[in-house]
Amino acid sequence: MSERIPILRIGDTLIVSVQFDLEDQTVLNLQEDLADQIVARSATGVIIDIGALEIVDSFVGRMLATVASISRVLDARTVVVGMRPAVAITLVELGLSLGGVSTALDLEKGLAKLNRAASSGLQ
Amino acid sequence: MTAPWTAGEEPRVYPIARSGDLVHIRQAIRTLSQECRLSLVDQTKMITAASELARNTLIYGGGGTVRAGTVSRGGKRGVAAIFEDSGPGIPDVEQAMTDGWTSGGGLGLGLSGARRLVDDFDLNTVPGEGTVVTIIKWVR
Ligand SMILES: Nc1ncnc2c1ncn2[C@@H]1O[C@H](COP(=O)(O)OP(=O)(O)OP(=O)(O)O)[C@@H](O)[C@H]1O
Ligand SMILES: [Mg+2]
Repeated sequence: MSERIPILRIGDTLIVSVQFDLEDQTVLNLQEDLADQIVARSATGVIIDIGALEIVDSFVGRMLATVASISRVLDARTVVVGMRPAVAITLVELGLSLGGVSTALDLEKGLAKLNRAASSGLQ
Repeated sequence: MTAPWTAGEEPRVYPIARSGDLVHIRQAIRTLSQECRLSLVDQTKMITAASELARNTLIYGGGGTVRAGTVSRGGKRGVAAIFEDSGPGIPDVEQAMTDGWTSGGGLGLGLSGARRLVDDFDLNTVPGEGTVVTIIKWVR
């Protein structure tokens, strides 16, 4: 009965939009599904849109960091987009710096970031 | 620390028995924080702290309850939550409150981070008997 968040694909990019507060098991499912899908669909980029999330605690924060690491190992890049300012302030005070996680203000800027990374990778 | 509950507004008790309960607790704290008119950032901090502590109650305390409601003191209003379990307790509180220390597979940020996110933080634990953590966020 554990829920799964749909993962969309556009070209080489996987896009996940988290629309509601997630149970821990759903967070873990998403982490696994993304790892599987990066390989299954030969994705080079992952965008996780958390613009709808009112809070990100250490559990979700750790998932974002883990997905970023997993994707790096699988030769893909992850960009987290849409983090609310209050969430960013809270995460820093909580002590979660998300150092290895690439971010962008919105989906469009996130896609641009992935495209820039892809074209510089070709040179 | 006993929370100075607002007269006439009984705190509500929520179970912490399974991971789905964390979603309900975050929602309840959010509603209280909005009723109290905490700023958006303070709401976010209070909900996040509550989420961390509720997960600790579930994972380390073996489940328990949280009592949540509004508090008043000296003309100020705020939101309080008291997390209680009858689990193993915390043998070394100073160590548990250290950033990065975890006995499990966590990041060790829950307790220390929650303390930074709220205004009042009180941890009462007796090895073998359980743990009670009280947090309050006051309206500025
Ligand atoms: N209610 C509790 N009962 C017993 N031990 C607890 C309780 N809450 C916390 N602890 C102990 O304190 C340690 C630190 O807790 P803290 O929340 O800071 O980190 P964590 O839960 O291990 O990781 P994180 O919260 O960052 O995922 C825990 O690893 C656990 O050993
Ligand atoms: Mg914790």
